Amino acid sequence: MAKASITFEDINITVSAPAGTRVIEISEKVGSGITYGCREGDCGTCIMKVTEGWNNLTEPSVLEDKVLRENMAGKHNRLACQAQVLGGTVKVRPV
Amino acid sequence: MTKPPVLTLDGVAQAVTLSERVHWIGALDPSLRTFDIILKTANGTSYNAYIVRGSEGVAIIDTVKENFAGDFFARLESVARYDEIKVIVLNHLEPDHTGALPELMRRAPQAQLYISQKAQSMLKALLKQDEFDFKPVFTGDRVSLGDRTLEFFHTPYLHWPDTQCTYLIEEKTLFSGDVFGCHFCDARLFNDEVGDFRFSFEYYYAHIMRPFKEYVNRALVLLEPLLPLNKILPAHGPLLRDQPQRYVQRYRELSTAALQSEISAGEKTLLIFYISSYGNTRRMAEAIYEGAMSIEQVRVSLYDLEGSEIAPFVDLIESADGILFGTPTINGDAVKPVWDLLSSLAVINLKSKLGGVFGSYGWTGEGVKMVEDRLRGLKLRVPIPGIRIKLIPTEEEIQICREFGRDMARDLMGLRQPKTIDMADLA
Repeated sequence: MAKASITFEDINITVSAPAGTRVIEISEKVGSGITYGCREGDCGTCIMKVTEGWNNLTEPSVLEDKVLRENMAGKHNRLACQAQVLGGTVKVRPV
Repeated sequence: MTKPPVLTLDGVAQAVTLSERVHWIGALDPSLRTFDIILKTANGTSYNAYIVRGSEGVAIIDTVKENFAGDFFARLESVARYDEIKVIVLNHLEPDHTGALPELMRRAPQAQLYISQKAQSMLKALLKQDEFDFKPVFTGDRVSLGDRTLEFFHTPYLHWPDTQCTYLIEEKTLFSGDVFGCHFCDARLFNDEVGDFRFSFEYYYAHIMRPFKEYVNRALVLLEPLLPLNKILPAHGPLLRDQPQRYVQRYRELSTAALQSEISAGEKTLLIFYISSYGNTRRMAEAIYEGAMSIEQVRVSLYDLEGSEIAPFVDLIESADGILFGTPTINGDAVKPVWDLLSSLAVINLKSKLGGVFGSYGWTGEGVKMVEDRLRGLKLRVPIPGIRIKLIPTEEEIQICREFGRDMARDLMGLRQPKTIDMADLA
């Protein structure tokens, strides 16, 4: 199975995870400071900053884009409960 | 002594004059005893709504809870016609302020609705209508009523994501929504005429605003430059026309630590709470304390949950960087004093604090995992899996506890070495 490498910069931990895994699933297991609310892309609690490998995450859906806009999220922000790792290297941290 | 305002005339609710151009058109709810499940309201509350008249139209600021719409509309009709309404502003979309909105929009279809940017999805969820015309606004946006101007200040999380304040520039009057409000019902309306409402003001802050202290301080940065204000007109409780700046100052005090902390800037605080029936979880706590103390710049404190009421612990946790809980497992659950403390933390902000759990058990040991899940639910980060020890810890197990404490303290100080893990190896 294809793997991706995702680094949580706030705790300095890198995880090798199967492609298609949502960032939330990995982040919770390693105890990153990215926190969660609804877990279904509605509340915007889990906004994270992607510092590297933006294109190694799935594209944001129309709904995710809308939630990011409503929460006045920055340019490099994604919802950890929606973004899935695709492969390569990704680096993220809490906002 | 001034006369109390006339709220009704011949049985019909009347608007109350606040200035030549501003009237109160809210409603009193003296029989309410509990608000939103969590707040006690010993003498009820008020739903304050206001009307502002400019040379080119009228603005309505907030409405009331749905079952008080009759009073709201009667008061509105006593000072304006529906076809004069140009602007409707909602500072906050909670139903106690938006209950009369659908009917108001039906009666004044020409009016433009102004809400904060973060209120958009909430408005749709509240009104259950897809097509709804509104204008989202942000800090600095203005709307003109001719010789009167409204300016918006986005004050998120005071106490919902959507909340904003609206400022009437020409009269130096702030319509503050729930900010500076309280649940206090008194027909004399004004802060210099009602009964002593200081307890209600502080109680409201403690339960509604305290979890968002950081946002209170940010909002004050926006609002303090407006001082001196002539009036602060909140959405609940007395209308603050006498020395309104005192209430702004009080918010600043309540959002700032009372005593200067003795913890220096480079240090982190780690609290270890435990409860123990036979001393096993206590021995684990002491070893974790010992391990954590070996890391420089970490101020570690150890507390037995049996030794205090909950409130001081909540205050301690609010200021701490990390919190560890030690709980035995009894009858398949963590013990009640632990849950009691964990269920009292909704009034403070815990986001991204470090959390961890440990405990001794007899035969199952589910308590540790349950509390870990709760800590994650409270938005703490739990970087190291909790430790469970069957009955009396051995010296080897005590050493594991020391390492757990040391690792937690290292994590708190950002000293953990970069690590690469395979997802399959994570529990």
